[in-house]
Amino acid sequence: MADSHAESALAHQFEDLEQQHEAASLGMWIFLATEVMFFGGLFAGYTLYRNLYEVGFAAGSHHLNVTIGAINTAVLICSSLTMALAVRAAQTGKRNALVAFLILTIALGLAFVLIKLTLEWRVDYLEGLAPGLNFDTVKYSKSMELFFCFYFMMTGVHALHMVVGVGVLGVLLVQAWKGHYGPDRYNAVETAGLYWHFVDIVWIFLFPLLYLIGGRY
Amino acid sequence: MATGASDLEGRVHYLNADYGIKSWLLTTDHKRIAILYMASITFFFLVGGIAAVLIRIHLIEPNGAIFEPGTYDKLFSMHGIIMVFFFMIPSIPAVLGNFLVPMMIGARDLAFPKLNLLSWYVFMVGGALCMYAVIWGGVDTGWTFYTPLSTTYVNTNVLSAAFGVFIAGFSSILTGLNFVVTIHKMRAPGMTWFRMPLFLWAMYATSLIQILGTPVVAITLVLVAVERLFHVGIFDPAVGGDPVLFQHLFWFYSHPAVYIMILPSMGVVSELIACFARKRIFGYSFVAFSSVAIAVVSFLVWGHHMFVSGQSIYAGIIFSALSFLVAIPSAIKVFNWTATLYKGSISYQAPMLYALGFIGLFTMGGLTGLFLATLATDTHLHDTYFVVGHFHYIMVGGAVMGYLGAIHFWWPKITGRLYPDGWARLAAAIIFIGFNLTFFPQYMVGYLGMPRRYAIYPPEFQVLNVMSSAGASILAVGYAIPLVYLIWSMRYGPAAGPNPWGAKGLEWETPSPPPTENFEHTPVVTEEAYAYGAKEVSVG
Amino acid sequence: MQGHVVPKGIYFVIFGSLMALTALTTAMAYVNLGQWNTIVALIIACCKATLVALFFMHLRWSPRLMRVVLLSAILWLAILISLTTTDFFSRDWTPIPESWESSLLRPPTPPGNLLNQR
Repeated sequence: MADSHAESALAHQFEDLEQQHEAASLGMWIFLATEVMFFGGLFAGYTLYRNLYEVGFAAGSHHLNVTIGAINTAVLICSSLTMALAVRAAQTGKRNALVAFLILTIALGLAFVLIKLTLEWRVDYLEGLAPGLNFDTVKYSKSMELFFCFYFMMTGVHALHMVVGVGVLGVLLVQAWKGHYGPDRYNAVETAGLYWHFVDIVWIFLFPLLYLIGGRY
Repeated sequence: MATGASDLEGRVHYLNADYGIKSWLLTTDHKRIAILYMASITFFFLVGGIAAVLIRIHLIEPNGAIFEPGTYDKLFSMHGIIMVFFFMIPSIPAVLGNFLVPMMIGARDLAFPKLNLLSWYVFMVGGALCMYAVIWGGVDTGWTFYTPLSTTYVNTNVLSAAFGVFIAGFSSILTGLNFVVTIHKMRAPGMTWFRMPLFLWAMYATSLIQILGTPVVAITLVLVAVERLFHVGIFDPAVGGDPVLFQHLFWFYSHPAVYIMILPSMGVVSELIACFARKRIFGYSFVAFSSVAIAVVSFLVWGHHMFVSGQSIYAGIIFSALSFLVAIPSAIKVFNWTATLYKGSISYQAPMLYALGFIGLFTMGGLTGLFLATLATDTHLHDTYFVVGHFHYIMVGGAVMGYLGAIHFWWPKITGRLYPDGWARLAAAIIFIGFNLTFFPQYMVGYLGMPRRYAIYPPEFQVLNVMSSAGASILAVGYAIPLVYLIWSMRYGPAAGPNPWGAKGLEWETPSPPPTENFEHTPVVTEEAYAYGAKEVSVG
Repeated sequence: MQGHVVPKGIYFVIFGSLMALTALTTAMAYVNLGQWNTIVALIIACCKATLVALFFMHLRWSPRLMRVVLLSAILWLAILISLTTTDFFSRDWTPIPESWESSLLRPPTPPGNLLNQR
């Protein structure tokens, strides 16, 4: 993909565009497999400790705001929709739609991170629930502290992935604005889309596992 | 088979296609990137080797000849970290894999050339961080970074070392990803899975491990760093954490990692045995499937590092049984190589000496692994020099000899030059003798009870330790000799021609050194791998 | 022809389903199902993830190899989690021999709990 826009979209190591497209998709899926294992280490630790300290984890979970969590989940699902539509716009050569959907996806991703930072993490900090910073060991139990270690690690790593995703989409937006993408040349948008959907899927699991422990009845 | 030096002049190939440092540092040519890696890992091997030399000198005396115990701890830690993460894991994949994978499947380059270059830079950043850790006072936790020592109780450079390893891990992941996509999607016409050279099967299996395992150690090191920096205690018993969880997460990667280190060498040995016995590898599909089987089963055995760590005995039983299972595909390979040698037309050039050395030494190392996989005997052997002997037989007697064999076999292809085979054979013999003298006494002294990672030992073990140190000095000489003649050959060696060994394989059907695009036309494959004795295939 | 172009209608249907399932999982948290709350939540999450993977990520129209990649990753994660938890949950299965009961050595605190806490 080092060629200028006027020249072929085919990179020199590939025989044809279809091989290039399949290679790009397979490459991104394999990368997503590595991400599954990366988050997986955290999920493994979480599974273990949640089963050891059910009460403490439930207590910790009850300090999280389900409504905000649900809203954030909805925000991410919307962003997945706009991302899928962006890929479709690139596939069908509709530059304006592609630009618009990329902007929407970026905006929704930023909204997610903003909501997390201001309405959740900041509040947790103010309530003395931030391990390593100001966790109130008098008011809350040790297993609650362990829960919040996982909460911040898991949502933190997830948010980091979102920020990176937003950055990548920003780069794509610039290229899309220049009219760089079209039916023969949209691998970058599609692979970024795969990444974005994956980050959404991680959150789809994080939401019930962190916010809904022990139920709210 | 040597033709005149004029064979190299006037022809454009990947080495002279472009000049200047930018053409090397910004290259996307997989062959040049392989050479960048070769230079880097040689450097790291020297650093790790110096640590080893210092360790062996120190252990001549029961009370320690040179260092304080704290310094000794740093020496074996740095030796382990540098050797494992910055020499062994990249060695064959990043050097020979990068060079050969596209050529062996008949492609012009890997699937993602720019990612390939990125992986080298990422590797160098990780290496720089670890060198910073070395220079700034070292790390003394062992390469295994066990908690709570690494998170709470030491004040050495754990963060920079862990971070360096974390970053280098991404290099490993990117290389593996590149190989898997390339092998799946870019094989030349007619190159079916079962016509691929076994080296490619080995690289594929290695890449699977790199992809699935490395991310787990990555997140684990992040957790260690977070706990160290912010006292956010996942492994901290004070908040209910369990230090053994670290060991589970760490070894989930680090056990398969040792197969990242050995599988490529096994692939190399298949190539060398076939060529120097002039025979198709016996049981090709068994060897191919055994590579993938090793990769899969390697993920099921990590608990055998934790038999005495407080792991439940029932988990121990499961892991012990599975560890016996993982030995089977390795044994299958050894049987098939031996069967290939039977009635083969064997010649004893340097690469073959390394391959034969591999088979013997790897078998010994593998068999001693069974002692360690057995719960009862491991209770006595864990954390003794028996373990040290075991893994050095496999990693040095096995993997490093495989690496050296590979370098000697493909050197003519990579550089277009031949090296003096007499000196190469002498070096191989010196290495073999030095290696056994270094590490066999370690089995004995470990069986007698000498613990590993101790700066001092009881005086009754001194004779064996001195033998080991003497062997190390011979081994060092053995390693130095190839450095000399290989570098010499780059300038003064006779031209190699496309196929000095008369070997089968697509990489031998292109000039030495190859042109940047590897092949004039995309080759079409019509015969099986290792068709020794069959007619030559025509290249596209 | 490279990738498959998915009709917009399908995307909107999937979007609607995902929103509905999110609402469902949130609502279910307020219903007392005891131990089943977690299982129901995870099942719903798996459904949502499957919808995203199949339709938004085009797995439904992709070569089978991509599905193998995803399933392998999930399987490997299952290996990590299951064998690790096997250790922790079988730790207290080892019986204490009879003769020890009379000695000063006492068995550890209630099973699975590293600290004696609520």
